[in-house]
Amino acid sequence: MDAATSTVNGPSIAEEQAELIDEFAFFDDWMQRYEYLIDLGRRLPAFPEEYRRDEFKLKGCQSQVWFVGEKRDGRLVFHAISDAAIVSGIIALLLRIYSGRTPTEIVATEPDFIAAIGLDAHLSPTRKNGLGAMLKAIRDRAQAELDAAA
Amino acid sequence: MGANGAYDVESYRADFPILSTQVHGHPLVYLDNAASAQKPRQVIDRVSEVYETGYANVHRGLHYLSEKATADYEAARETIRSYINARSTAEVIYTRGASEAINLVAATWGRQNLREGDEIIVTYMEHHSNIVPWQLLRDEKGLVLKGVPIGPDGTFELAAFKALLTDRTRLVAITHVSNVLGTVVPVKEVIRLAHEAGAVALIDGCQAVQHMTVDVQDLDCDFYVFSGHKLYGPSGIGALYGKEALLEKMPPYQGGGEMISSVTLEKSEWADLPHKFEAGTPAIAQAIGLGAAIDYVKAIGVERIGAHERDLITYATQRLSAVDGLRLVGTAAGKVSVVSFVMDCAHPHDIATIVDRQGVAVRAGHHCAQPLMDHLDLSSTARASVGLYNTRAEIDALADSLDKVRAIFG
Repeated sequence: MDAATSTVNGPSIAEEQAELIDEFAFFDDWMQRYEYLIDLGRRLPAFPEEYRRDEFKLKGCQSQVWFVGEKRDGRLVFHAISDAAIVSGIIALLLRIYSGRTPTEIVATEPDFIAAIGLDAHLSPTRKNGLGAMLKAIRDRAQAELDAAA
Repeated sequence: MGANGAYDVESYRADFPILSTQVHGHPLVYLDNAASAQKPRQVIDRVSEVYETGYANVHRGLHYLSEKATADYEAARETIRSYINARSTAEVIYTRGASEAINLVAATWGRQNLREGDEIIVTYMEHHSNIVPWQLLRDEKGLVLKGVPIGPDGTFELAAFKALLTDRTRLVAITHVSNVLGTVVPVKEVIRLAHEAGAVALIDGCQAVQHMTVDVQDLDCDFYVFSGHKLYGPSGIGALYGKEALLEKMPPYQGGGEMISSVTLEKSEWADLPHKFEAGTPAIAQAIGLGAAIDYVKAIGVERIGAHERDLITYATQRLSAVDGLRLVGTAAGKVSVVSFVMDCAHPHDIATIVDRQGVAVRAGHHCAQPLMDHLDLSSTARASVGLYNTRAEIDALADSLDKVRAIFG
């Protein structure tokens, strides 16, 4: 199954990434870009209270990040939040790309948008680790679903 | 450059090539010196010179280059000895850094001398490097690890320390200066009280040796550790000072070349101090580079550096206190070298990211001191830490960059 053509409704995961890259291209100064990112973080859905426990804290993030994935109708839905605003913004981007997708799509999709919108160069390595830890958590969860189904 | 006359910060800045870096279109304002300091041309050139004209393995060859490298490597040890006023170079062990130095003491002196129920005292403001090695030993030996609580403003109270001393206290392992709060611990008094209780005293000097005179004989500490990279030297090199009588009785740390005097398959005999603790080919150029770094600091004068930095800290305290919604963390009297803070509008990571965009390098996080963060009920702080080359104008740049943080998050 081709990851780019698998969604039934709405944009494909590839289209979503392309759209996100376009959105960020609209800003020509770094402050606007961060303000937009921060705004996205502020508009993240509330993290389910029942998951706000130490076992759902991601290790490898210097800010505090809570992360959990749920399976719904063959798709993985992720919830995540951070106490840092910019990290929450990055979470919003990750969820937009990866949440609500099938495990196959998730595993097949490289996070090209990170470099494309300049987050790769602009974020400190420690926060990069947080981003890396979140990506790994998303993909590990998807891979575990595929392994269980195999 | 001279030890007399006005403190000529601009001429010192010119010695540090990296300070002319542009970051995101702004001149670099490097305020992360407590994590690692930048290197002057004198150190960079000395390390290059070793590789270009004086490099070979040390303490092995009879050829010209090995003898030259050995002489330079041992001369750097003498430079360290003199800098901390150890009695002899037998008391100065090269390590990879302070962490290895503490692990060395835990694995040798600690394993040899500590028994079940013995007590180790640290403080709540230790770097993880001065906690985790003792926890590992505690778990292995059934020891008790106790922490001196710190006042809400970062003050170290001798009374709180005294209250923890018992007849089972065997080791007091305490930082000289807090890497998060800048609090200066009255280590001389701590050491005296430790000795009175029959305990050995280890001082973590990572945040002290670059800011103030350290005299290990005057302090009378049993062990003193520091890393080279925070003292304007290369990374991968540091030192353990130990009293000779203690070091003599300690077993080796690691086995290998250089640390033996004779080896048969049945048994080995250890080399004399300090080589007994230095297995394998050491960090030769780094050690010589550390010697050059100490020479550089001595030429300016560490007390003059300390005075310059205190002025910057006083100024930073004023400027940052005036930022709306900012709270300083750690305001103990006599604090040095660092200003930690939090802001009500932004997480420390957000602060660090936004000020970085303006060329200002600060640290954000728990600073490898999670027990302290828990103790102060914080998850993290932002921290600006100064070095010999920082200026008031750079403190202004930091304060201005925080205005932008307010503009974005406020």
